[in-house]
Formats: sequence, structure tokens, C-alpha cells
Amino acid sequence: MSAQSTLVNDTADATGRDLNARALRADARREELRLLALLSPSLLLVFAIIIVPVGWLFWLSLFDETGALSASNYARFFEQASYVRTFITTFKVAFIVTGACVLLGYPLAYMLSQLPRRAASICLIFVILPFWTSVLVRTYAWLVILQRKGLINSWLIDLGVISQPLPLANNLSGVVIGMTHILLPFLVLPLYASMKTIDTDCLRAGMNLGAGPVATFRQIFFPLSLPGLASGVVIVFVLCLGFFVTPALMGGGKVIMWAMRMEQTTSLYSNWGAGAALGVVLLAVTLALLGLFQWLLGARATGVWSSR
Amino acid sequence: MSGEVGLPISHRQRLWLYALGGLVLLFLIAPSVIIVVMSFSDSTLLQFPPQEWSLRWYQSYFQSLEWRDATIVSVKVAFMTVLVATPLGTAAAYAINRGTLRFNGTINALLTASLIIPVILIGIGTFFLYARVGLNNTLTGLVIAHTVQALPLVVLTVLSGLRSYDMNQERVARSLGAGRIAAFWQVTMPQIRFSIVSGALFAFITSFDEVVVSLFISGGDTTTLTRRMFNALRDQIDPTIAAISTCLIVLSILLLSLAQIFGRRH
Repeated sequence: MSAQSTLVNDTADATGRDLNARALRADARREELRLLALLSPSLLLVFAIIIVPVGWLFWLSLFDETGALSASNYARFFEQASYVRTFITTFKVAFIVTGACVLLGYPLAYMLSQLPRRAASICLIFVILPFWTSVLVRTYAWLVILQRKGLINSWLIDLGVISQPLPLANNLSGVVIGMTHILLPFLVLPLYASMKTIDTDCLRAGMNLGAGPVATFRQIFFPLSLPGLASGVVIVFVLCLGFFVTPALMGGGKVIMWAMRMEQTTSLYSNWGAGAALGVVLLAVTLALLGLFQWLLGARATGVWSSR
Repeated sequence: MSGEVGLPISHRQRLWLYALGGLVLLFLIAPSVIIVVMSFSDSTLLQFPPQEWSLRWYQSYFQSLEWRDATIVSVKVAFMTVLVATPLGTAAAYAINRGTLRFNGTINALLTASLIIPVILIGIGTFFLYARVGLNNTLTGLVIAHTVQALPLVVLTVLSGLRSYDMNQERVARSLGAGRIAAFWQVTMPQIRFSIVSGALFAFITSFDEVVVSLFISGGDTTTLTRRMFNALRDQIDPTIAAISTCLIVLSILLLSLAQIFGRRH
């Protein structure tokens, strides 16, 4: 290869080299255009169905009912108690659900990472199958299980544990249980993937140096699993903020979350400006959280992995 | 690749962990199992396990015109979404895989945007846009919206197939005189076809299970199955939905196993 290029350099005069470079550049440009042509239908669709509508909603949110430019759509978030309540409910649910997902998901991912490959892949089916089952199906299942005359209440009453049915569905607890079930795989899968990359030799070395199982876990395994845990936590939290189906069906009209509020303001009250403003803030918060995560963990995560 | 985990901790010491993990797995899978079992119940009451067995809820599903129409709409839309999203996503993945474009990062972010942007925002935005161009309550509108939802999955799946494929093979074919299309079709395609099929299957499930966007943009003759289910669940808990849910669960299992089989062969 290098012999060939010196040969070219020796024989070609300056103009020849110039011509060659120009032809190569034109070729690269043609190649780039071809690749862009391959991408253009997809990009066009994404532009038309995501960028244009979201941009349009952003534009709408800047005007009040009379069509004058104003910040009233945003100001009402602070002024009206019902909006403040919606935000508080949304963040409360998001924190509880994320916490529940960590408490349930961490042990599960840890177990999966420690099981032999075959057993782990069988157990993983039980995580992936719900992941790909319709959100509606799973919400329906929890309605059946949790409602007033549902399975849990009728079992408990038959067993004589309680005499009155417990209010499990159509309130906050129903929303939290349903959402935890739906979002749990979003935490377990990235966490499991990152736990699988932890070098067992590190753990073995720790134990050889006299650390017990608990110390090995706390001082070696747990810190190494934190980047995976953090990415799972961010995904679950962000998905909670915009979650619609489960709160709408299991909240009994009492748990009004952000996305439901958007649906109500636009469909029920046809207040597009207000609904759009809600959407803009939701998107901003989502992107800010994801960006913050990238910025905080990007450096650390690459620091951890670059040593491998 | 090192061997299996060999920490000096016995399984017996780990029993508590297995118990805890097992309980969480039970939590994940139990709702689906309960719904499947209850769909064969003969009772209108919610009992588990059911006292009497029957197929009456399946009969009520298949004999109801409303449910049947909604199912047909969903199947049609899902098939058309696969037909649109798979070639578009494959072409996009091919271009991204080259990695020579200047805005590769931006393009990637754009194509996967629908995974990040809250779906409720896409639903409302699409409804608003469609109202202007008359695409609400049309199959075309649904297919376009679902294609955008399915694109990232196709792109990511095909991209992972292309990453483990040596593009030099296509260059060899072209230096031997094959045209671009022939080189792709005869050399590259056969080697990434399992990723493409997996991507197509994911596109099908994405479209078939999509709820939020369909809630806004479908209606009347084009009401999708999920939209009808959502509305039915708002009113009351009809055991017919258990039968429909069971069909959806079986469909998911079927498509996932297919994706798994194709993934392994790849």
C-alpha cells in the first residue's frame, strides 16, 4: 500500500495530484449524498410527525386565548392550585415508583447476574415477556387483582383477614403498583447488562484479600454497579413523569398526573395553549434530566469502563 | 470469555437472594398468568381459580362485530407499519453504519427521538397536525404515526446486525463488478436478514400494542383494538377483555420467540 502511494507520488506531477484530490472529494460528496438519500425518508417522517407538531405546540403555548403573545399559559402553573397539585402528584408517584423499582429490581438483577448462564436466560424470559406485553393488558390485570371485588380483596375476605374490602385500586396505591410492574423491566434490563460486565476477578481478589461476602458486595460490587443502576433509575423516573395509561385507568379520577392533565386540557377543555405549555415543560424536564445524567455519569461511567 | 462465576460463596448462603429474586419474578409474571387462566372462566365474577371453565369470553370476543372490526384495523395497521418501517429503518441503519456523515450524532438522536419524547406529547401533537391535513381517523395517518414509533427499534436492531458484519465483503462484491443494489441484495442482505426480520417483528408488536397515540388519532371506522380496550376499561371490567388480553399475550410470546430464533441464527 505505502509502496504504491510513493510510486504515485513519484510519477504524478502536481496537476495530476490536484486532479486526483478533486475527483476524490467529488466522489466523497456523491457518496455522502447517496447516504443522505437513504436516510431522507426516515428523517422526513420523524421531522413531520415529531419535530413539526412539537414545534407547533411550543409556538401555540406562547399565546393566550385572545391570540396575544403572553406567558399566561406558563404563569398559570404557579397561580392555579390544581396545576400545582398535578405536579406534586406526578413527582410523588415518580419518586415512589422509582424507589419501588430499585428495591425490587436490584436484588433481581443481582440474582440474574450471579446465576449460571442457562438459568439466567430462563429467568430473563420472565422479565422480557412482560416488557413486550401491552401496557393495557397489564393494567387490566392489576385492575382485576386489586379492585374492590378483585382477587386480593376476595381472598383476604374469604380467609377472614379483613371484613371490608381494602381500597387498593382507583387510588394512589393502584397507580403505584401498576406502574411499578410496568416499569420494572426498564430498570432491571440495563442494570443486569451492566452487572454482567463487572469482572468476577475483582470480587475474587477482594475475597482472597480477606473480605467477607458482605464487604465484597458493599465495597466492590455495589460501587461498580452504580452506573447501571443510575441509568435504570433515570429511565424509570423520566417514563413515570409522562405516563398516561395506568394513572388514567387505575387512578379512579383522583390521581391526576401530568400526562392526564395534558389530555384533559386539550380534549376536554380544548385549551390548546395550556395543554401545549404543559407538554413543553414536560419535554424540557425530561431532556434536562437526561442531559444532567449524561453530564454527571458520562464522565464517571467512561472513567470506570475505559480502564477495562 | 472466562468460565462461569466461581465465587467461594455456596448456593446455600445465597438462598435468601434466590427467594427474593424469585418473588420479584413472580410479581412480574403473575398478572399475565392470572389473566390467561381467568379468560377460560365461566363466571362473570372475578374468581381465581375459576370454579367452572368455558370459552364464552372468546365467543363474545369473536362474535362481537365491534371487537372484530377493531382487531382487523389493528392487524392491518401493524402489517402496513412493518412494510413501511422495515425498509426505511434498514436504509437508515445502513447509512448510519457507514459513520462517514458529518451529522451522524444528530441523525441518530433524531431517529431515536420517539423513544425519549413523552408519548403523550407526540399523541397530542400528531392529533393537532392531522386535524389540519385531514389524517385523523384514517389508516394512512395511523400507519405514519406508528412507523415513527417503530423506526428506532428497526434502526437499532438492524444496526446491531450491521456492526457484526464486515462491510468489506460488499466492497469486494462491487470491485468484482456488482452494482450497489446487487452487492447489497446478494452479499449484505443475506447476512443481516435475521436482524431485519427481528426489527420487523419488533415493529409489528410496537404498532399492535400502541395505545396513547392511537387514542388521539384513531376513531370511528379506524378505531384500533387498543383504543377500544382502553375505552372499555374506563367503563367497566368486562371479562371479554381477559380473552382479548390472552390473545395479545400469546401474540407477544409468538413474536418474541420468532425474534429469539432469528436472533440466535444470526
